[in-house]
Amino acid sequence: MSILIDENTHVLVQGITGRDGSFHTRQMVADGTKIVAGVTPKKGGQDLDGIPIYNSVAESMQKHKVDATVIFVPPPFANAAVREAADAGVPLIVCITEHVPVNEMLSTYHYVKSKGSRMIGPNCPGLISPGKSKIGIMPARITRPGAIGVISRSGTLTYEVVYALSEEGMGQSTCIGIGGDPIVGSGYIDLLELFENDPETSAVVVIGEIGGEDEEAAADYIRNSMTKPVAAFISGRTAPPGRRMGHAGAIISGGKGTPEAKVKAFEDAGVPVADKPDEIPALLRARLS
Amino acid sequence: MNVQEYQGKELFKSYGIPVQDQVVVTRASDAREAARKLGGFVVVKAQVLVGGRGKAGGVKLAKTPEEAEQRASDILKLTIKGIPVEKVLIVPAAEIRKEYYLSLTMDRTSKSLILIVSAEGGVDIEELAVNEPEKIKRIPVSIDTGVDAASITPQLKEVFGTDELAAEALDTVEKLFKLYTEKDCSLLEINPYAIVDDGHLMALDSKVNFDDNALFKHEDIQKLKNPEEDSADEAVAKEAGLSFVSMDGDIGCMVNGAGLAMATMDIIKLYGGEPANFLDVGGSSNPDKVVTAMQIITGNPKVKSILINIFGGITRCDDIANGLLTAMKRIDIQVPMVVRLIGTNEVEGRKILTDAGFEVASGLSEAVEKVVKIA
Repeated sequence: MSILIDENTHVLVQGITGRDGSFHTRQMVADGTKIVAGVTPKKGGQDLDGIPIYNSVAESMQKHKVDATVIFVPPPFANAAVREAADAGVPLIVCITEHVPVNEMLSTYHYVKSKGSRMIGPNCPGLISPGKSKIGIMPARITRPGAIGVISRSGTLTYEVVYALSEEGMGQSTCIGIGGDPIVGSGYIDLLELFENDPETSAVVVIGEIGGEDEEAAADYIRNSMTKPVAAFISGRTAPPGRRMGHAGAIISGGKGTPEAKVKAFEDAGVPVADKPDEIPALLRARLS
Repeated sequence: MNVQEYQGKELFKSYGIPVQDQVVVTRASDAREAARKLGGFVVVKAQVLVGGRGKAGGVKLAKTPEEAEQRASDILKLTIKGIPVEKVLIVPAAEIRKEYYLSLTMDRTSKSLILIVSAEGGVDIEELAVNEPEKIKRIPVSIDTGVDAASITPQLKEVFGTDELAAEALDTVEKLFKLYTEKDCSLLEINPYAIVDDGHLMALDSKVNFDDNALFKHEDIQKLKNPEEDSADEAVAKEAGLSFVSMDGDIGCMVNGAGLAMATMDIIKLYGGEPANFLDVGGSSNPDKVVTAMQIITGNPKVKSILINIFGGITRCDDIANGLLTAMKRIDIQVPMVVRLIGTNEVEGRKILTDAGFEVASGLSEAVEKVVKIA
């Protein structure tokens, strides 16, 4: 098993005809993903390498069974694309688009929840269950099937950690980039819970960064609810403090959000924190033996 | 994007939030005339995009127009946290009876807008948040349904004491919400929100931040941009769609992805080096971005070596490689470079660079070790 996606997941691509959308659709197909259809308004009836294109998500779902959609549309249209997918009842919505207006996304977040769909992203690399399916833009070549779950707020840093794991022979059950925006559809805790309940996952890596307090909350969750070993990496430990920040941010975080606070929260929860991505395999191996 | 106090107050005013009359000047001699118009007894306030200006001597009282000119002259000579003061705001000196704190922002943990109110406004609000958090009220506000007057009013009454003041505060809160959602703000802060001599509440300061992702929707807000918000390099970088922050070290960095860029800096420090900058070339593939990035990095005379760390996902290694070759043709790069290229279209990208005589690494630790050694 894996979480969220596997070899039976039927995937739709919104924004399939754009430069990034078409390129990564071909990559996903090459990596074994079952892409059943694409959507680009006004291009219904065309196809991309034989993948049929429709004008809307609803139209594509009349013809195909769709379990998940991946969104590559430009930022001004990304919120509408997510809502369209939720309206059509797509269970899993993965939004790759970055620079999405945040206030609109806050509203979209609640809308998607009310429709019963799960969203990953925005501003994320998507997810991959190696050897089974990939939704998004992660380079599949660096992954290998196995038992480590990976959850990350960063895109490329995820690849770095996955690469280090694969090099050490530690394959992955599922790797997920949750996205770096202030509002994301699924957080660490949502996914830690799925990994905890996935019989094929034996350990989890959490990759965080400075800002916010999601890592602290994840550490609390791990201490209270996880039986599987977890290791972490935090980026930005040497970053200079931000320039002018409103008082409101400081008030909400109340001293949390610093790299020191995050490292301490993880260590207090029994989660070792690596100094470099390539130290993670050894930390996990020590916990697993 | 942040704007100056006076710009924020103009926005407040256009939404009907009570603010004082104000005049902004760039020359001390204009401060005298401004003070005369405003009644003679005024406050002169430095307009800079950093906090702590009061403690740095950037806010002064003046009893006469002559004194206002002198104070303005003094303040216009100041540099606050590295930023030279180029504008001062002149406002009437208000008799402040009580200072409150009021702000609207987003709380990412509870996935809601949040109204923050305290009866103890003023400069020490951050200390209050740490030491006496119970004195600060945090009230969730739905971005979809807005301010719920029925549930918020009793809480405002607790803070402001009387029905009249609570009603005034509610009116301001409703207008803040309108401004926040219509202009895609990320923070609206009034500190102090004060009762002045006429017994009414007024915004005596403003802090307004906008969501950069939504600026494309608001031409009026784009025009408020203060060039001094970014260093010259940072402005060029932003124009090109790059995320850049200059730092004090001597190792120039070009990385894709903010998380990996930060981690790369962390690892440079771990190996005893000092990064000269944070530079995220972004997600999408565009060779022109690489050229601009290299121009910015090599324009810094402190840079002794350059690390290019690309882990291709949506970014394609061959695009980065082509951009790098174009950059080499356009700019005379005098310092040694270490290129680490891996991920999407890695084989194509490496071939382009090795054919051109570059040395390409695949391990991050290995690449960092190399670049620190040659710096």
